[in-house]
Parts: sequence; structure tokens; C-alpha cells
Amino acid sequence: MALFDDPFDARRRLRRGGCACGAHESQAAHDAAAAAEAPAEARAERLVEGAVMRALFPRDATRRAFLAAVGAGAAAAALREVLPIGFVTEAFAQAGAPERKDLKVGFIPITCATPIIMAAPMGFYAKQGLAVEVVKTAGWAVIRDKTLSKEYDAAHMLAPMPIAISLGIGSTPQPYTMPAVENVNGQAITLSVKHKDRRDPKSWKGFRLAVPFDYSMHNYLLRYYLAEHGIDPDTDVQIRAVPPPELVANLRAENIDGFLAPDPVNQRAVYDGVGFIHLLSKEIWDRHPCCAFAASQAFATETPNTYAALLRAIIEATAYASKPENRKEIAAQIAPANYLNQPVTVVEQVLTGTFADGLGSVRRVPDRIDFDAFPWHSFAVWILTQMKRWGQVKGDLDYRAVAEKVYRATDAAKLMAQAGLNPPAATSKTFVVMGRTFDPDRPKEYLDSFAIRRAS
Amino acid sequence: MRASLSARAGLVSALLLLAFLLVWHLGVAGTGRTEAMDPEYAALMGQSATTGRSAMPGPLDVGATIWRHLRDPFYDRGPNDKGLGIQLAHSVARVGLGYLLAVLVALPLGFLIGMSPLMSRALDPFIQVLKPVSPLAWMPLALYTIKDSGLSAIFVIFICSLWPMLINTAFGVAGTRREWLNVARTLEVGPLRRAFTVILPAAAPTILTGMRISIGIAWLVIVAAEMLVGGTGIGYFVWNEWNNLSITNVITSILVIGLVGMVLDQLLARAQRLVTFPE
Repeated sequence: MALFDDPFDARRRLRRGGCACGAHESQAAHDAAAAAEAPAEARAERLVEGAVMRALFPRDATRRAFLAAVGAGAAAAALREVLPIGFVTEAFAQAGAPERKDLKVGFIPITCATPIIMAAPMGFYAKQGLAVEVVKTAGWAVIRDKTLSKEYDAAHMLAPMPIAISLGIGSTPQPYTMPAVENVNGQAITLSVKHKDRRDPKSWKGFRLAVPFDYSMHNYLLRYYLAEHGIDPDTDVQIRAVPPPELVANLRAENIDGFLAPDPVNQRAVYDGVGFIHLLSKEIWDRHPCCAFAASQAFATETPNTYAALLRAIIEATAYASKPENRKEIAAQIAPANYLNQPVTVVEQVLTGTFADGLGSVRRVPDRIDFDAFPWHSFAVWILTQMKRWGQVKGDLDYRAVAEKVYRATDAAKLMAQAGLNPPAATSKTFVVMGRTFDPDRPKEYLDSFAIRRAS
Repeated sequence: MRASLSARAGLVSALLLLAFLLVWHLGVAGTGRTEAMDPEYAALMGQSATTGRSAMPGPLDVGATIWRHLRDPFYDRGPNDKGLGIQLAHSVARVGLGYLLAVLVALPLGFLIGMSPLMSRALDPFIQVLKPVSPLAWMPLALYTIKDSGLSAIFVIFICSLWPMLINTAFGVAGTRREWLNVARTLEVGPLRRAFTVILPAAAPTILTGMRISIGIAWLVIVAAEMLVGGTGIGYFVWNEWNNLSITNVITSILVIGLVGMVLDQLLARAQRLVTFPE
């Protein structure tokens, strides 16, 4: 991620991919150049300026128009007039000591939790002065209950879960926060080897498919994929909720025909010779969110410094995990029994993106899984449209309000800036899911555009 | 004659075991097939995919795994990876605590129910409704109200081992022979003394039977409970190995669970023999 771009530069690119300024070949090269140039204080100041500009102009178009009209220099001067930048910089730089040091964070043993897990053996928590114990947990419901009962201070969750919990779907409503996304992409549709010749989803009528949880990206992506191919996920196929460890065993027993699941489950099915990877989830929606880092509202407000320190550790670990050159090292750290409990080669194939597809060839997809902490509000809005589409949510919804309440984009942006990363300027973006453009400002139109849906 | 019977029984047992192991070994032996595979691709695949080995481990694999666990039962490599000995200690401690609590509640309550026909009738509907509830059904409720997974597991042990003890105690107490009670009454023995010197010895074998059933249930329940709450214990170990699809380790833990359950049962069987008396 770009570190210190000039926020007063009207031409600055804000989209991810390539490099933010356009002058460098990759983001890594850009970062290296920026880090070499800027001394620490100037960096902090630039970050604060960036944050202020974001706050003043939440929309990119407005900011660009303003900068184009008055010029960057005048804009910067005007900003300094109204806001004592130095003061704000200082306030940002002073991170208070954590109120508590010993913390427990729960996780489910899948590669989506990579930053949460690796932060323990690789010292990201320790760097923030925290002694964090990462505890393997049996299921999503247990994680939710243990976080609610304050046994866990924070936990790995599915991106739709904090929304579902906050709305009270599938449980009693509780105020939950999701300050960081864990991973983007990183799922796949795996089918039983006996279906090697049935790659067209239109021929899947009568299939028994599985997803790990009802309120999961897996469920929404699988349903989306099927529906785009004219298969009604509720009537033409059967979709079951099966916990990740049981997916491979069920596939082997021919109890299910396939699943859309998190890794390493897909790769494990290939490794054991029972399944093949039909489609990576990035081919449905590139850079879709999957898992999340979630904490209760109470934890964030009662111990703000601890919350911030923990989140900083997560954000830094996420940034570290996003670099391809670190992936092999990470795989070796998280594969042992204490964490994922999987063969190293399986975890390595997932993280490096060089993998056996189960059909006899080796594929190279470096962004098969990637790590990006920023909790875009538009992700939450998309999730809500799908909850509504499949009848999990009924009645009118204020998409934007729910998204802003649960997905703490501003917290993440602030801490990303503190960690020396460059958070995006906006909190919402459009994206394309299987050729369909999603505009977060028009969720209803998006919802209405689907032929197969349950919502009225 | 008696010695030769147990010797012969032991021999038959050993033969059965040997036959079972042999069938098992032959049943899972790999085909040894090595498909013509691109070496780069083969390096990314597991044994069962490249060599056609069965996913089911053979007795030799299980033996090796057991040996590996027995050699180093108390290692500790972080919060989620501890030796089998440590896991068993956690489970036994949980079972012990939950069971002890159940004893403390069930024996006095069982006495009360056994001695008072009124209380027996009054409490009967509650016992009948609560007795058949599956241990795992209590789990969400316990997690939600107790708000501590360790205590929840102990509570589930408690609530499940309570009923057999309670019912057996009540049954044993109510079944004390009338003549003995009448003798005590003739001798004007006080109620407390009567309870301890007449009823308790008379009911002890039945009570111990209840306690023996309960410890069996408690050991059954702990595996399921720990699979759910996780963290430590033999149940968590099974779940963790299932998560890794390591059937070898699952079989190993099944054996270990069976052995520990047998030891617990034998301890109470011995206690039962101590209090049994010929009439």
C-alpha cells in the first residue's frame, strides 16, 4: 500500500492495484521509494493531512474538483489556517499504553485467519506490548458466545456475522464492531472428482452442495454463482451448512457433490485426491471480503488503547501477509498443530497461489488469497443486499446506516495511517461481481436486477 | 480349573485381537499404484492421491502414533497443542469436579426423596423431564448463562451425572427393608442416626451402582462437551485431529478414551465391592 502520497494531488490514483502514484511498477516498489524519501516526522504529518482531507471530502470527485479549482498549494494553506496540523499530528502519534496486556483472541483454523494467527508466533502482538493468546475454536457460534461472554477479547469472524449479530438475525441483537477485514478472495468451489466432466453449472441440478455457515460470504457467493447460471439455489440444488473440517470427509463419503469453502479445505480435498478446484472465488468477485476481525462494542469503548494496540497489530500483520515474498515463511509458521494443524505443503499452496488443481495441472494464481484490512462500507451494503435477496432479512433496510455502524472504516483508516500504511480516501467503492456492477448508493436497484431472488 | 479358564479366555481374547488387527492391516493396505504424474504436480499432492494409499490408517500407523504420544505425553507447544497426558489431565479434572458436585447434590437429595414419599412424588415430574435431556442440549444454555466455557463444561458433566445417582440413591433408600427400620424404631434411634447407621449401609450398594453409571455418563459427556467448547481436554484433541483429518490420531484418542473410561469404572466397581454385604 502506498505510504505517503500527497493528499493534495488531484491526479493521485486511489484504486488498489499497480501503484498509487502510477510511477512505480508495483506497490512494493512505490512503498520502498516513499519510505526512503520521507523522514518519520514528515511521514506522520503527511498522514494527518491525508486523514483531514479525507474527512473534509469523503467523496473523491468533490476533492478533485476542489483541488483543481483552487490549486494544491492554496488548498494546503487554507487547511493549515483552519486546522493546527501539528497539534493533530502529535495527538495521533501519542498512542496510550494498553490498559490490559493479556488478551485472548479466538480463531477458526482456516487460512482466512492468517493475520490473526501469525501475529502471535511472528511477534506482531508483542511489538504492540500485548501478550495475546490465540485460541483455536470449534465453530462460529462458539466464537460468538465466547466473545459475548468476554472470554475472548476479540475474534475471527465471517464478514457477514457482525452484521447478522448487530441486526439480530440468527441470534439476539448485540452491538458488534468489525474494525478490520482479514482476507480478500481465498475461497473456492471444490467438486468431487467424480464430477470432473460436469463443469457447467447448468448441469448441476440435484447437486448437494455445502457451505460452512448460513451467514457467510461462502453462502452468498455460491448462491450468486448458481443463480447467475440459472440454477435456483433453493429449489434446484440443496445447500447445506457443514463445518469446515467435515467438508472433505463428506466429499470423500460422496455425501455431498461439492462445496464453496474457505481454504485450506479446498486444497486439502485436492491433496487427499477426493476433489478438484472448479473455480476460485476470485473468479466470481475479485477482491471480495471473506473473514473479519471483530470485537464487541464494549471492548472498544472500555479499553480504547488496548483495542487500538490490538487492531494495530492486526493491521500490520495483514499488511505483512499481503506481500507475496512473505507467504512461504507465514505458511511454515501457521501450519503446525498449534494453529492450523495441516500439512505445510497444503497451507503453502494456498498462500503462494501455486497449487495443484486436482485435475492434473499446476496453476499459478498469486492473488488466490490476499490480505487487506480495510472494511469498505460497500462490502457491508453488498452483504445486506444478499441477505435480503435470500430472505434472511425482511422489510425495509437502511443499508448505509447498518454498514457504517458495524464496519468501522474510520477506526481502521486512523490506525492504518498510524501504522504507516495508506488507507483509501473513500469508505465506499463500486465493484463488479460476475460482470454486474454494484453501486453501493443504489442497493435497491441492484437487488431488483436479479431474476432469481426470494425478496419481494 | 478357575485359573485355566481365565488363561483360556485370555488366549481367545489375544487371538481375536490378532485376527482383528490382521484383517484391519490387509483391509487398508495400499494398492501401491503410482500413476504417471507430473513430478511438480505430484509434489503438491498427498500420499493417498499419488500412491493410492487408503486414507484409513493401518494398525502399524496407529501403533506408531500411540508410541509417539506415550513417549512424550506432557509437551506444551502453545495454547492449542499440548501432549496427550496434559489433555487427559484436563478432562479428568473436569469430570472429577463435575462429578463431585453431582455427588454432593445427588446423595442428600436422593436421601430426602427416598425417605419422604411426599417429596418423591413432588419431585418426580422434574426428574423425569430433565433426566432424558442430552448433554449437548445444555451446552448453549450453559455458555449463555454461565459465561465461562470451562465452567460450562463442568456444569454439563454435573447435570448429566446427577440423575442416575439421584434416582438410584432414592431407590436404595426407599428400598431399605422394613424390618430393619422397625427394629431401629423399637430401639428409639434418632432420625439422623437411623439414616447413617441403618439406611446408608443398606442402600450403599444401590447408591454405588448409581455412582458407577454416573461416572460412565460423565466420561461419555466430556468428549462431546470439549469438542464443542474447545481449548483443552481429550475431546478438544479429537476435534483438533478431526479438523486435520488425521484418522490415526482419532483412533488413538478413541483407544485412550476407552482405557481411561475403563479405569474410572473399575475404581468405582472396587468401591462397590467394598460396601456390598451378604444378607
